Amino acid sequence: MPDSLPADSVGIVSPQIYHFDTPIDLACGQALDSYDLVVETYGELNADATNAVLICHALSGHHHAAGYHAMDERKPGWWDSCIGPGKPIDTNRFFVVSLNNLGGCHGSTGPSSNNPATGKPYGPDFPVITVGDWVKSQALLADRLGIQCWAAVVGGSLGGMQALQWSLDYPDRLKHSVVIASTPRLTAQNIAFNEVARQAITSDREFHGGRYYDFDVVPRRGLMLARMVGHITYLSDASMGEKFGRELRDQAYKFGYDAEFQVESYLRYQGERFSETFDANTYLLMTRALDYFDPAYDYGGDLSRALAGTKCEFLVLSFSTDWRFNPGRSEEMVNAMIAARRKVSYSEIDAPWGHDAFLIPTPRYTDVFTAYMDRVAREVGA
Amino acid sequence: MRPDLEIIQQWIKPGHHVLDLGCGDGTLLDYLQRERGASGFGLEINPEHITTCMGRGVAVIEQNIDTQGLGNFDDASFDTVLMTQALQAVRRPDKVLDEMLRVGREGIVTFPNFAHWRLRWGLALSGRMPESEALPYKWYNTPNIRLCTFKDFEALCRQKGIRIKSRRVVDGQHQNSWLARLWPNLLGEIAIYRITRENEQ
Repeated sequence: MPDSLPADSVGIVSPQIYHFDTPIDLACGQALDSYDLVVETYGELNADATNAVLICHALSGHHHAAGYHAMDERKPGWWDSCIGPGKPIDTNRFFVVSLNNLGGCHGSTGPSSNNPATGKPYGPDFPVITVGDWVKSQALLADRLGIQCWAAVVGGSLGGMQALQWSLDYPDRLKHSVVIASTPRLTAQNIAFNEVARQAITSDREFHGGRYYDFDVVPRRGLMLARMVGHITYLSDASMGEKFGRELRDQAYKFGYDAEFQVESYLRYQGERFSETFDANTYLLMTRALDYFDPAYDYGGDLSRALAGTKCEFLVLSFSTDWRFNPGRSEEMVNAMIAARRKVSYSEIDAPWGHDAFLIPTPRYTDVFTAYMDRVAREVGA
Repeated sequence: MRPDLEIIQQWIKPGHHVLDLGCGDGTLLDYLQRERGASGFGLEINPEHITTCMGRGVAVIEQNIDTQGLGNFDDASFDTVLMTQALQAVRRPDKVLDEMLRVGREGIVTFPNFAHWRLRWGLALSGRMPESEALPYKWYNTPNIRLCTFKDFEALCRQKGIRIKSRRVVDGQHQNSWLARLWPNLLGEIAIYRITRENEQ
């Protein structure tokens, strides 16, 4: 954090907890009798409540999308590059709502929260949550905030899936769905990577069938491995090459198996840091939500039929070097929207950073995102 | 509004679903949406144009007709497929025409006439590749790689069984002069063709 706040920052923000005590029925058949959602908001809701934008987070994201919690916070929120005064999601015009999803580990009710029935953390008893469940809980949050219709629901990766799901489940409650670096369903390869991550966690000796809280331990090694393999899929071969190449930490080979290459120590560092801050059960839950997402499933695999009832307009963006959810996956979505005669705009952004590109402001990305959101703002009188 | 677009918009009926190949900054689609109640998409590859389209609410898809084709569009899914001043810039205009009339019931095509007298005159006199207002490039950097004359285009349509529903020939200022009507292939600079498959109305 710099000494003073940048002019295009939303500044110091503080999260708020919303408690819900009407039971929410979940796709798995279970219900949560009560739950908390932790939420940050940026900007002002206008008198007609037409200028609200919902931000949906990805696998390891949370409610802290922009600004700083304190002057000494090391880094701003995870999407600070796109949310703020004068940024693509302009907080001078929009009222931005960002929450930690159910099942998360940053303040919303999740596996690490106390189960009121037992007084102990839910652990493996926490129900598996789907993208549809998240959207449902987000709609209840919108009710609480007095937002009948979002100007836009916006998300990247798993967040983009929520933006798409919104258009299907609540067609009258959003004007625009912005789906970035996402996919209409995971491929076998995507699921395979998730399975490796889950195996890493569940085979850790400290996992204890998901009840590690009771033993006052954390399956740190498993979570670290899960993050390492995940992280590889977020970057591109080229960006890893540019960042690390074959660079060694010392000058020469040591003929051993410690982290000698820079890329090894980077991955270990990322994995270790992640394992200190993220809950293993939440990681399992988030990857499963990814696996299950397939809105075309109930329509014989025909996404355009699933989209027939939608009413919003769509913006779909992909990134040229994203191999996790490659541009072809976005084009599948776009083509289904075209076939369903939905209004959709699409651009493939040339960027070298792989899947992570959706978090990194490049001129082309910023230009199209800004132009589109500017028009959304004009349309809703913001 | 550009006079050729003025002519085209008269052929679009309210509620028509339109595909604009090489939609540029979206001027025409924007107009058709607002003034004619049409819907549809533009295809474009120029980044600045794509940004402009998004900013003005024109649904634009980044798609290269040459490399990606129109395979992602269903048969007869559009009332009209437009292609203004782009036919001469694609690699296989003949195939693009086929595709236009596969996905659309009707096509509207505009392109510069390479047999306009000024171009003929320029080539005959100077022995150099002609340049004009409609074709302002050098031979080595021109995006217009498939130049043709009105006669060439009409011969291709005949060969493909494409019916020309109407043709408007205009000069460089897009004026529909009586001279251009009289000797189109000599005096017309830009033609606006409305085409369909022979078996359609």
